[in-house]
Amino acid sequence: MSIGAVNLRPAETVSAAARPAIRIRDLVKSFGGLTAVDRVSLDIAPGEFFMIVGPSGCGKTTLLRILAGLETATSGTIEIDVPAGSQKPDNSMVFQGDSIFPWMTVRQNAGYGLRMRKVPGKTIREVVDHYLDRTGLTRFADYYPHQLSGGMRQRVAIARAFANDPHILLMDEPFSALDAQNKLLLQEELLHIWDENKKTVVFITHSVDEAVLLGDRVMVMTAQPGRLKQFVPIGLKRPRNIMELQGAPEYGELVHRIWTSLRDEVQRAREIEDNIEAKR
Amino acid sequence: MSVGTTAAAPPRQERVMSLRVRDRILSIASPIGLLLVWEIAARTGLIDTRFFPAPSSVLALLIEMLKSGELLVHTAASLRRLAWGILIGGAPALVLGIVMGLNRTIRALVDPIMAATYPIPKSSILPLALLVFGLGESSKIFMVAIGVFFPVAINATTGVLEINKIYLDVGRNYKADRWSMFWTIALPGALPVIMTGFKLGIGIGLILIAIAEMIGAKSGLGFLIWSAWETFAVEQMYVGLFMIALIGFVLTVVLNELERYIIPWKAS
Repeated sequence: MSIGAVNLRPAETVSAAARPAIRIRDLVKSFGGLTAVDRVSLDIAPGEFFMIVGPSGCGKTTLLRILAGLETATSGTIEIDVPAGSQKPDNSMVFQGDSIFPWMTVRQNAGYGLRMRKVPGKTIREVVDHYLDRTGLTRFADYYPHQLSGGMRQRVAIARAFANDPHILLMDEPFSALDAQNKLLLQEELLHIWDENKKTVVFITHSVDEAVLLGDRVMVMTAQPGRLKQFVPIGLKRPRNIMELQGAPEYGELVHRIWTSLRDEVQRAREIEDNIEAKR
Repeated sequence: MSVGTTAAAPPRQERVMSLRVRDRILSIASPIGLLLVWEIAARTGLIDTRFFPAPSSVLALLIEMLKSGELLVHTAASLRRLAWGILIGGAPALVLGIVMGLNRTIRALVDPIMAATYPIPKSSILPLALLVFGLGESSKIFMVAIGVFFPVAINATTGVLEINKIYLDVGRNYKADRWSMFWTIALPGALPVIMTGFKLGIGIGLILIAIAEMIGAKSGLGFLIWSAWETFAVEQMYVGLFMIALIGFVLTVVLNELERYIIPWKAS
C-alpha cells in the first residue's frame, strides 16, 4: 500500500469476518514542524456511528480531511473497504459551516454529487426528492440558500451527502454553528435518516453530549499533537430518543466518563495556546 | 421575535418582492423630480436660461432633432462604438482575469503590468490612440475598450480569488473534474464581482466615448456637444448631455435587470 494516500481495498482480499469499514494504521500528519495527528491507529466497523472528540486544535478535522481525500497523510495508511465493482463513492463529507453553493437551488445542491458522478437526471430527481422529503425541505426545493435559515442550509448539506450514497459519511462538527434548539432537531433528524440504511459514519464534535447521543463508540483525542487517548463504547440501545436519553442515568455516566477524560486535554490545549501567546 | 408576530408577518418572499417594486419606482421618480425643480427655476428666472435653458425648451429641440433624424444618427454612432468597445475590451479582460485568478504564475507575470498601467487616466491616452488608430472609428472603439478592460479584468481576478475555499473543497470531495470546477464553482462564484466590473467599465466607457468624439469626429453625441459649444447652441448642447445621461441611466437599469436575471442567488 502506498503511504499517505487513501487506499480502496477490494473486498475479496480479506476475510469477511475481520473486515473493518475503515482501517487506519500509524497515521501521522505534520505541517512543517508541527505534528497535527500523531500515530493514530484504529478500525471502524461497517455501520458503526463513530464519534471523535478532542480539544480544539487536536487534529481531529485534519484526520477527517485525510479520510475525505482533501489532505494527504505524512505517513501511515488509511484503507476504506469498498466492495468489488461498487459504483458508489467511498465518502461524502458534511462540512463545518456553510458549504452549500449559494448559486444553486436546494434541489441542485442536494443533487450535486450525483450530477458530478454523471447519474441520469431522472434518478437524481428521485433520490433527491427522497432526501428532501426526509430532511423536510420538499417545500423549499427551488429556494436559493440565502432564502433559508442556517439550520435549513445545514439540512441541505446533509441531504447532499446522503443523496450521494457514499460508503462512509464524514461529518465535521456539522451542527456547531446552530443554536441549541435547531441542533437538537437536526440531531434527531440525522438519527432518523441514518436508521434507514445505517451507513458507516465518522462524526467529529467538540460536544460530549452530542458524542454520547449519536455515537456507537467515542474516540477521545489528546491535545496537540493529536493522539488516540481512549475509546468509550456507547451501549445505548437504538433507535434512540434524544429527549428521553438525556434523562437516563447511563447517559449521565457516559458523559461524565468522557468529560473526565477530555478535561485534562482541554486544560493542556489551553496551556499550549497560552504559551504560544506568551512567546509573541 | 415572538411567535405571534412571526405568524402575522407577510412571507419573506412577498416582502422582498414589494421592496423591489418600491426600489424601482423610486429609481424612476428621483430624476423626474430633479427636472421639475429645474423647469420651475428656469421659468421663474431663478437661473440664467442662457446657460441653463428650461428642460421644456431642450425637450422641444430634442423632439425636433428626433423628427429630422439627426439625433438618432449621433446616438446610434455613439452606441455602436460603445457596444464594440465593451465587446472588444470586455471579452479578453474576462478570460485574462479568470485565468489570472486560477493560475498563480500568470498572475505573477501580468499583475505588475496591470498595476503600472491601471492608474494612467484613460483620457490621457486619447492623443496616442488618435496617433495609432487615426481619426476613424477604431480610435473611439479603442478608448471604450481600454476603459472597460481594466475593471473587468481586475474584478474577474478578485472574484475568482475571493471564492470561499470551502466550495473548492466541496467540489473536490464530490469529485468534480476540472471542467465542472470551472463551470459549477469558479465562474458562478466569481460572477457577482465580475458583473460589478462590467458596470464600472461601462460607466467609464461612456465617459471616454463622449471625450473621444469631441476630437476629430464627424458623428456621435460627443461631437454634437462639441459642435454646440463652437456655435453657442446651448440647447443643442443640453440635448447631447441629456442623451448621454439617458444612455447611462438606461444602461444602469438594463444591467441591474440583467444582474437579477443571471445572478438570481444574489440577495437584494
